Amino acid sequence: MGHPLRAIFEPGFFTSAPVHVALLAGGVVALVSGIVGTFTVMRGQSYAGHALGDISATGGSASFLIGISPLWGFAGTSVVAAGIMDMIGVRRPRGRDLATGIVRGAGLGLAALFLYWDTTRTSTTGAPVTILFGSIFTIGSSMIPVIAVFSLVAVGIVAVLYRPLLLSSVSTDLAVVRGVPVRIAGALCLAAIALAVSLSAITIGAILSTALLVGPAATALRLTSRPGLMLTWSAVIGVAATWLGVLLAYDSYYWPPTGRGWPVSFFVVVLILIFYLLAQFAGKNARESRNEEPACSQAS
Amino acid sequence: MTMTRQPVTPSQDSAVAQDDALVVDGVSVRLGGREVLHDVRFSIKPGEFVGLIGSNGAGKTTLLRVILGLLPATAGKITVGGKQRGERGAGKGAAGVGYVPQKIQLDPDMPLRARDLVGLGLDGQRLGIPFPSRARRKLVDEMLRAVDAEHIGNARVGNLSGGEQQRILIAHALISRPGLLLLDEPLANLDIASEQEVVALLGRIAKEQRIAVLISAHEMNPLLPVMDRIVYMANGRAASGPTDQVVTGEVLSELYGHHVDVIHVHGRVLVVAGRGEGLDIPIEHSGAHADGV
Repeated sequence: MGHPLRAIFEPGFFTSAPVHVALLAGGVVALVSGIVGTFTVMRGQSYAGHALGDISATGGSASFLIGISPLWGFAGTSVVAAGIMDMIGVRRPRGRDLATGIVRGAGLGLAALFLYWDTTRTSTTGAPVTILFGSIFTIGSSMIPVIAVFSLVAVGIVAVLYRPLLLSSVSTDLAVVRGVPVRIAGALCLAAIALAVSLSAITIGAILSTALLVGPAATALRLTSRPGLMLTWSAVIGVAATWLGVLLAYDSYYWPPTGRGWPVSFFVVVLILIFYLLAQFAGKNARESRNEEPACSQAS
Repeated sequence: MTMTRQPVTPSQDSAVAQDDALVVDGVSVRLGGREVLHDVRFSIKPGEFVGLIGSNGAGKTTLLRVILGLLPATAGKITVGGKQRGERGAGKGAAGVGYVPQKIQLDPDMPLRARDLVGLGLDGQRLGIPFPSRARRKLVDEMLRAVDAEHIGNARVGNLSGGEQQRILIAHALISRPGLLLLDEPLANLDIASEQEVVALLGRIAKEQRIAVLISAHEMNPLLPVMDRIVYMANGRAASGPTDQVVTGEVLSELYGHHVDVIHVHGRVLVVAGRGEGLDIPIEHSGAHADGV
């Protein structure tokens, strides 16, 4: 490796096993979040996705107490919570927000208790940071198959339901008239969102998983009006933010004051924000140069 | 009291002609103990343009939802394209019916071009990722042309004007070649120019493509130039027939259950309640936009 690249890739980046796992797992997770996130944003379920991320912390923090991988805990609670949220009042937007808020509050309360036990009863003093803010460099390579299966299920759901979900996001009535079972489709979509946030909980943490779910999709929304392209952009942006975040976190071990690397989650979230702002700016310029009028003539 | 006697044409309506696009036969609906539709009967032939007229709460939307199969009828039966609703083989959803819902909110933050929404009318219920095909693209282009919306095909639907969105939704409803097109208050929230455009477009489509069109509106005047027949609703009851036979003081008074007058002014129709003593309540204005709609 030549000198110029040294400045970007600090020594050992390409040979470190944890970095390999982080790039692979982080890349796959970002891909899933980007794709599922597109439907989350389209269906106006960002708050539900955010709440499911928070709730996954409950299972994640409990996993240390019973000695299983946090991923099982994350996925277990968020999928169950998705089921509960689907059962209680999802029809009306306000009822949906209330149900979501209540389930989310209870979940975070339990997480507080479990994290307290994690730090006092067991010796995992790093549990709160690992659960809430992620720990991409400590993902064991044994978890890769589980990550792969969860990813396939989440992406599989939205791929199969692509058109029905698209149509029911436009109008439930239009979808019902065309024979779409909107209730089942909605429940499955929520399950896919739950899986996606649990996956990003292991890379950037339960609290921040919503950033990877909503951020790339929101950015993609500024770049295109085509649903297929939005999926692609969203996935690309998520993966780029994760890989760059891993690189910067690795490099940060060599930054002053030396010896302490910065968290990957920080870089990923900041990069997503930068991408979003750039897209917002680019989108605005493009609109102005096309002289596009905003929505009009909707009187009364 | 039967609302469906003369000048309504029960003889024609009760004899279920096989070629009728829609037959509504004695449909009643009770919701929460209240009868919102009472013995509604009429039929529509292919290519006919029928206005479903009545004020808010008259039962128009309920009737459309029953025809679509979104709401079960308490009594009576509905036949669309020769197939009875709920019968085996009638298909899932509202097979054979194109539908333009009322007041649809198309979000500017929805990543969907006009042509994508039209395409979803063709295969929105199908599973899996669609593969772009030339045939599908051609069909979408044809449909966009049919509603004079070629130029906005690539625009984001949420950024289009009310009239443009209405045309795209009509294309969405028509692309699967239904025999019957239902529109729920498509003229609400439109300015006069868009309103006339949409009405002319629908009249043309009904004739050219031999599609039966049933369009609900609280105001009949914008529809008079193209309307073949009328279904007038009040208090959950309906009178149907040729416009000049239904929109008369006698028929409407019986429908409303109190005296109303029908006044013709410069080719427009005004329905006025009361006998002149005290305050007259205009039930329907001829000035289509006087009530701020």
